[in-house]
Amino acid sequence: MPTDVEEWKDEIYGTDIRDHIERFAEDGWESIPDDEKDAWFERFKWYGLYHQRAGQESYFMMRIGPPGGVLEPGQFRRIVEIADEYARGPVSNPEFGNGWLDVTTRQAIQLHWIRIEDVPDIFEALEDVGLSTVQACGDSWRNIVGCPVAGKDKHEHVDAAALADDLHDTFKKNEAHSNLPRKWKVSVTGCDEGCGQGDINDLAFEPAEKVIDGETVTGYNVRVGGGLARNEPRFAKNIDVFVTPERAVEVAGGISALFRDHGDRENRYNARIKFLVDEWGPEKLRDVLQEEYIDFKLETAGEDLRHSYSYNAGDADGKHDHVGVYEQDDGNNYIGLNVLMGRLGIDDGYEIADAAEEHASGEVRLTQRQNIILTDVQDDKVDALLDNPVFDEYSPDPHPFQRGSIACTGSEFCSLSIVETKNRQVRFSRWLVDNVSLPEGVEDFHIHLSGCTASCAQPQIADVSLRGMKTRKDGEPVEALDIGLGGGLGENPQFASWVSDRVPADEVPGAIENLLANFDDAREDGESFREFVAARDDEELADLIEPEETSYEDPFMHNTKQTWYPYAEEDGLDDSPAPARADGTPIPSDD
Amino acid sequence: MTIALRTLDDGAWISVNDSREVGVSDIWTLPGHEFCNCETPHVLLEAFSGVDLRGVDTHVIADAVGMCIDCGTRDGIDSLVVGRIVDGEFKRYEPGSVQRPSVAASGDR
Ligand code: HEM
Ligand code: SF4
Ligand SMILES: [Zn+2]
Repeated sequence: MPTDVEEWKDEIYGTDIRDHIERFAEDGWESIPDDEKDAWFERFKWYGLYHQRAGQESYFMMRIGPPGGVLEPGQFRRIVEIADEYARGPVSNPEFGNGWLDVTTRQAIQLHWIRIEDVPDIFEALEDVGLSTVQACGDSWRNIVGCPVAGKDKHEHVDAAALADDLHDTFKKNEAHSNLPRKWKVSVTGCDEGCGQGDINDLAFEPAEKVIDGETVTGYNVRVGGGLARNEPRFAKNIDVFVTPERAVEVAGGISALFRDHGDRENRYNARIKFLVDEWGPEKLRDVLQEEYIDFKLETAGEDLRHSYSYNAGDADGKHDHVGVYEQDDGNNYIGLNVLMGRLGIDDGYEIADAAEEHASGEVRLTQRQNIILTDVQDDKVDALLDNPVFDEYSPDPHPFQRGSIACTGSEFCSLSIVETKNRQVRFSRWLVDNVSLPEGVEDFHIHLSGCTASCAQPQIADVSLRGMKTRKDGEPVEALDIGLGGGLGENPQFASWVSDRVPADEVPGAIENLLANFDDAREDGESFREFVAARDDEELADLIEPEETSYEDPFMHNTKQTWYPYAEEDGLDDSPAPARADGTPIPSDD
Repeated sequence: MTIALRTLDDGAWISVNDSREVGVSDIWTLPGHEFCNCETPHVLLEAFSGVDLRGVDTHVIADAVGMCIDCGTRDGIDSLVVGRIVDGEFKRYEPGSVQRPSVAASGDR
């Protein structure tokens, strides 16, 4: 039997949704019929609108997806202006204030507290500068990710930015690919460092070379079926296909159509293409692709560059994360700036936009580590650009504990979450900076916190993986975290193994402190953390974690999901001001 | 009157007549459920995988995935009674209140 979601999508999906959004906006939140809410909120996702969690009814998250995370001059400023005007909540957040935007792990921007009534104006303001929310959520081509410095990087072999743009232009608002069985995440990597994170995407293009008719051709190898969600993490599998840049769009369309036709529409939990790859294996997938979806003869895989992948590869001298000042291939520089948990305040956003426009091209790029990059800075402008107090906070040279931290949305807005995430991770990193020294030679240390097993913060590819849970402490249920170790990408990517379960959240900083001290004591000379973890079994590792209370204090130990907003003075669900009319006045419930 | 029942947002919650009624991340008390070896399992619900109506007095029954916060067993839970329909209205059960499988399964055990 088709699911309700499939039936709703059959009725109305894709660009047809737009008129209805305009209609509801015109007539107001209350005009959405009570018995159609589930259907409309599911459909709104296709336009990048996601209804916030229980207690926050009538408020939406809005996601804007620039391909490859590239915001052209003017686009970043426009998003800051939109956030300024439309993305403020009923109360403020203790760490981040009221009014900010979130840079996401898929090089997108998320705004919160958006009202349906404002959406048409926001769409217009976005379209005016060439931005869009189309397919940012929902069952379709999501934002295309890639090397964040594509087109500018010295390590580039093939122009990933061009392909990301082509894919975006071809598959956004493309009726044949609008309604897929599930989300469809695509990555394009062009460099020899592997910073496109292709391995954790549904479809990955990776740089490769192949001798065809006696000539060496550069292009891409294709992998399919990666993803992290639901205790079922998979790395994308090599399907033994090489494709030239000219034909990459065609192959992508073939695989997307194959997924459209063969993906499981009866069971959403089994719908992602990783499960089809499980069932068929890469060989059958290739055969069906060739026979049913591609008109020319597919080449077998070429020689890839995976042996040189250094991004998040765990080596002590590994790849930078694009944070810092680096030379571009044209002699200019790019400046990668740390954004704590990806959250960037509106006033700071204006400052950064000003600086980028005054001293550089004004282009801003988003990374998969929730950071931003200002590109095209001439040598003699670097110092002038950075001479602004805003870059003390959004620093090109942050402490490893800060540059290594990633956190998902969590119980602040997300229905699935089990724990509070972003504020907690800010507090963790602050405490670690003040209290823990990193062992010698460790300059990169990734700690990723996800509020549940959906894994939006990509915890399984971090040195220390944290995942929301609950446990009992002093007789009371409290927010807790599972701790995993040793994940990362590189030539041979590795998922973290979950070695310590249900550690009360207030004991996690102490656990990390002890773990690092134990690592320092027991490691061999120059051994990286990832090597150290790989050389030990889970039991041994669990013994090294030693959770412990410290001077760290955690204000979110209670059930933050039972609040309407975890940081409100009166935080009970009954105190919620939602749903509210466009001007923020609460709508009384009629029962 | 027909009742629209479904799970949404990847099992994050149960919708009854287009209203979010039961969410994940609460701890449910399940004595006698044989979920784990604990005398009274306290199970954190992580996701709902299905929902249905059952019985004459119309219990709302969910299938879910959860983990016991005391012993760490993770498993599926069949037939968790999350509430009932009374005069067309959903009445939610409290997660902490006692859940006996005998009530839950009166339809098919
Ligand atoms: C219910 C509310 C949810 C919220 C607020 C949310 C939020 C996010 C955010 C902020 C990101 C990164 C940004 C982006 O995609 O542009 C993300 C990525 C991701 N989401 Fe979610 N998400 C939700 C549900 C889910 C669910 C249900 C799943 C899986 C079943 C999921 C799996 C993932 C994964 C695995 C990633 C990141 C890894 C990748 O790069 O593919 N999310 N999500
Ligand atoms: S990982 Fe879970 S809690 Fe965090 S944003 Fe994704 S769905 Fe929500
Ligand atoms: Zn138990």
